[in-house]
Amino acid sequence: MENLIGLLVLAPLLGAGILLCGGRALDRVGHWLGTLLAAVSFALGAVLFADMLGRDAEDRALDVTVFQWVPVGGFRADVGFHLDQLSMTFVLLITGVGTLIHLYSVGYMEHDERRRRFFGYLNLFLAAMLLLVVADNYLLLYVGWEGVGLASYLLIGFWQHKPSAATAAKKAFLVNRVGDVGLSIAIMLMFTTFGTFAFDPVLGDADRAGEGKLTAIGLMLLLAACGKSAQVPLQSWLGDAMEGPTPVSALIHAATMVTAGVYLITRSGAIFEGAPDAQLAVVTVGAVTLLFGAIVGCAKDDIKKALAGSTMSQIGYMVLAAGLGPIGYVFAIMHLVTHGFFKAGLFLGAGSVMHGMNDEVDMRRYGGLWRYMPVTFVTFGLGYLAIIGFPGLSGFFSKDKIIEAAFAKGGTEGWILGGTALLGAAITAYYMTRVMIMTFFGEKRWAPAPSPDRPSAEPAAEKHGDGTHGAGELPHPHESPKSMTIPMILLAVGSVFAGGLFTLNDTFLKWLEPVTGHEEGDSPVSALTVTGATMAVLVVGVALAWAQYGRKPVPVTPPRGSLLTRAARRDLLQDDFNHIVLVRGGEQLTRGLEAIDRTVVDGAVNGTAVTVGGLSGRMRRLQNGYARSYAVSMFGGAAVLIAATLLMRAV
Amino acid sequence: MSRAAAVHSLWTDSSVSAVLADAPRKIPAPHIEYAQLSPVLIVLGAAVVAVLAEAFLPRRSRHLAQVAITVVGLAAAFAAVVALAAKGYATGKAHVAAMGAVAVDGPALFLQGTILLVALVAALGFAERRLDPAAHGRPVDSFAAQGAAVPGGDAEQEAVKAGWTTSEVFPLLLFAVAGMLVFPAADDLLTLFVALEVFSLPLYVLCALARRKRLLSQEAAVKYFLLGAFSSAILLFGVALLYGYAGTVTYSGIADVVNGTVRTVSPALASSTGNDALLLIGGAMVLMGLLFKVGAAPFHMWTPDVYQGAPTPVTGFMAAATKVAAFGALLRLLYVVLPGLRWDWRPVMWGVAILTMLVGAIVAITQTDVKRLLAYSSIAHAGFILAGVIAISPDGVSSVLFYLAAYSFVTLGAFAVVTLVRDAGGEATQLSKWAGLGRRSPLVAAVFAVFLLAFAGIPLTSGFAGKFAVFKAAAASGGAPLVIVGVVSSAIAAFFYVRVIVLMFFNEPRADGPTVAVPSPLTSVAIGVGVVVTLVLGVAPQYFLDLAGDAGVFVR
Repeated sequence: MENLIGLLVLAPLLGAGILLCGGRALDRVGHWLGTLLAAVSFALGAVLFADMLGRDAEDRALDVTVFQWVPVGGFRADVGFHLDQLSMTFVLLITGVGTLIHLYSVGYMEHDERRRRFFGYLNLFLAAMLLLVVADNYLLLYVGWEGVGLASYLLIGFWQHKPSAATAAKKAFLVNRVGDVGLSIAIMLMFTTFGTFAFDPVLGDADRAGEGKLTAIGLMLLLAACGKSAQVPLQSWLGDAMEGPTPVSALIHAATMVTAGVYLITRSGAIFEGAPDAQLAVVTVGAVTLLFGAIVGCAKDDIKKALAGSTMSQIGYMVLAAGLGPIGYVFAIMHLVTHGFFKAGLFLGAGSVMHGMNDEVDMRRYGGLWRYMPVTFVTFGLGYLAIIGFPGLSGFFSKDKIIEAAFAKGGTEGWILGGTALLGAAITAYYMTRVMIMTFFGEKRWAPAPSPDRPSAEPAAEKHGDGTHGAGELPHPHESPKSMTIPMILLAVGSVFAGGLFTLNDTFLKWLEPVTGHEEGDSPVSALTVTGATMAVLVVGVALAWAQYGRKPVPVTPPRGSLLTRAARRDLLQDDFNHIVLVRGGEQLTRGLEAIDRTVVDGAVNGTAVTVGGLSGRMRRLQNGYARSYAVSMFGGAAVLIAATLLMRAV
Repeated sequence: MSRAAAVHSLWTDSSVSAVLADAPRKIPAPHIEYAQLSPVLIVLGAAVVAVLAEAFLPRRSRHLAQVAITVVGLAAAFAAVVALAAKGYATGKAHVAAMGAVAVDGPALFLQGTILLVALVAALGFAERRLDPAAHGRPVDSFAAQGAAVPGGDAEQEAVKAGWTTSEVFPLLLFAVAGMLVFPAADDLLTLFVALEVFSLPLYVLCALARRKRLLSQEAAVKYFLLGAFSSAILLFGVALLYGYAGTVTYSGIADVVNGTVRTVSPALASSTGNDALLLIGGAMVLMGLLFKVGAAPFHMWTPDVYQGAPTPVTGFMAAATKVAAFGALLRLLYVVLPGLRWDWRPVMWGVAILTMLVGAIVAITQTDVKRLLAYSSIAHAGFILAGVIAISPDGVSSVLFYLAAYSFVTLGAFAVVTLVRDAGGEATQLSKWAGLGRRSPLVAAVFAVFLLAFAGIPLTSGFAGKFAVFKAAAASGGAPLVIVGVVSSAIAAFFYVRVIVLMFFNEPRADGPTVAVPSPLTSVAIGVGVVVTLVLGVAPQYFLDLAGDAGVFVR
């Protein structure tokens, strides 16, 4: 059984290798090969899952060391896998959603010339992400961590001929670097503290290290999580990452990769539990981000960017829950899984809408689409109900639990966190209703197709379908092909039922508890009250959105809006902030350093060179070409040699 | 008076009484283990055959015959070395052969193998006849038409017109190699001196035989001869003093006296050992003779002039093989004869090593001639190797052995490349003429760049592995300051190596720049071997380090 874990990672890696090195011969079958290998990985995951279910809760974890990677003295880095319930959950989510999105991409990328390469990158992403979650030490996790970063970079910039996509890819890469440095520092700290970075010894001995060390490690891990999961203050890349093809947004930037930060925090729970300050930082980041993302989501007219804001906000919920400690871990992961379903479904729905609407992304130019795209409408609608927490659907169960856990934190902190989470739920209801109404209801506000070189245009949708309409024509919305709708339907099923299944008999809780541990918090408010309050804010949010967008026509050109709206449209000025603080500051710093380099360093270097050169010129004159002076030098040398030897004896 | 009597007894008493006691007996015939000396004997035999060939074969067929004799002789000798090593003479069966004159042990066999391989590759350069344009319809090599003819005189012109070549270089090469084979294996001071002369004299002659720039070549030979004779004299004086001190010339005998482990101390010995000055002065003088051969400062002055003047194939051979042989002898002297004195000579050798590294690296910076540049580089490398020699540890021996093997092939290759870059006056050794060579002949420039990087000790070349091993050994035996100076001078040295690379690749070629001659397979093989050894020893040095480590024990 253990050997299957390696195959799990190898299958998509093999696919990436074949597809990226295979050449044009594979153009015709490459996409199916990629999808097949993703499915193989999923099947292996399912086999492992069945095997795991067959065993007792306490010894479900599988460990296997494949080979010693870097054995140097006391430094041991192994390639080893650790598959427990937490990893298993991720494996199923990654391979399951991954396979569906591969399938969807077959249709979505049908007209792209570089489809084979696209599938190669997708497979590469799957392999790296699986490595990240099944690694049994932090160094190997780091390899996967960098691998998904690379895949994300390649896929965001997949349409590299668009300057905006190339820039967005660079931005994502650079911002992620900041987080990755955090992870590498955390690993180094672990090595100096524990002498190893394997999960078992590090997490097992965490309570023996001092709190200061643990806090430092925890904060560095949080920095890493912030980068990968687009949390404040490293959130600025996610909105731009929507330049990538929509399936990428669904898989990497909604369902899986961006949740790696939550995985990291949950996995390193023992470290955070020993460092309350770091935990406080985690919940603060989560709470701030969940409001931040929600507010940004309210103001965006670009459907994908609105969803990106929403992703940020939902991951904020997960980070918040993960920061709560054992009372929140299980619900963080549960929300992560349900979010994986409904957010991927929403993105795929958005892609389907864009597919039908001549790659238009501006929701102000949608309207009344429910009649033209029934399947998309229904699946998107179910995803919508799930994310706002409509009773009975996935999001209801998972989000409700997080809000409860936030209150259960206790004290003032609990009230603040709980209140924030509730407020976030209201805003979620508001912005998602806004998206829903602007896209599917109301009057048609369709506009002629934008020219393909508009920055936000998705080239994949350019030449779709019958190809009867080009730039300047009104769109003819239509339902997408089967290969796209089937994944949407399957994801919608997940969005509807996953939450209920998980909560029934506390199945999910019992499943994860052996790994993450769980304790019931001491909540000042009863569960029923929380549910009631959630329902209330839900209704308020929906009603507000309805009042604003449902009851009166939506203007095609966006109104100027309040100061907050304008700021939110600019992502709450995050880029401006970064520019002023980091870019300007960095420029000053480099100028200063450059001046120092020029005067001090170059001066020293050139000075040395001149000195040595001068010395060389002077010593060279001793070499005058006369055998007699050479002989004198030898004689003198011999005399000195003898004298020195005698002198050594004398002293 | 009593002292004189004691000395008298030393010379006469024991021997006279021995002779008197065994009066009827004849001098016993020496017991010689011919098989174990076979490498040397094969080379000497080949040299004699080559002399006979020179005497009896018609001039036309000499070149081919000489090349064949040389290559076969050297290859056979190498095979003999390998066979001896395979029989275990490098490790378990190591002993002193030929009545205590020659050691057959790991270091000796390793160095002999290295010298033979170096000589084999160098012989290819000696045999190269395609670089110079044919004179009067006959191919010519790097050597003078007739060595005895006055440069520019009638005799020379006639010789050139007649198409003569100095095919005597091959027997000279073989005699020199034979001397070099004995030099690191010599186990008594007289054998050491004889070996020194046997390999030095042919080298003096070889240096004088350049076809082009003959005056420079002859000047180099005279300087080399004068200074070499001077240093030989000092060495011989040192030998005499050591004999006066210990009453014996064998290494083990002197070592016993130095360590005070002599079984029977005669009164004469007791009185001579009472005066350490003999030992110290004698030891220093012998050391000086060896340091002259390795080109260590302040005995290095001959190196640039001789390297520049000598025919380039000879320079390559000298730079590689002489260094191997001389360092081998130095190692044996320091590790076998004088370890008991290491507190006396180590600080002095530190000084020599530091001075050598710095002088070599610093003076090289302002050189404008490729061959002189390589000469100073070889001085700096002598300093690096000395740092390993001084370590007096098994690691020191093995690192020096490895360094010598690695360095000699880099040197051979580098000088072989120098022979390729030519203009109307023969080899274009002026550095300024090499500008832009990388644009005209990227392959040749790239190969030279590999050798320069190896000299500079850049990783993935043999130079790095060797330097690392030597500095590691030096640091492990408490030579940290030595290592610091070594690294600093490596940095200085890197400057001029890289400057040549920059010159070749990033400067505009000159209109009147040199051309790169297309060599015959001989030189191509020599350069190719150099590149391969450089890269293999750089990428996978461990096997060879182990080999050198296994061969690192001296026999006494």
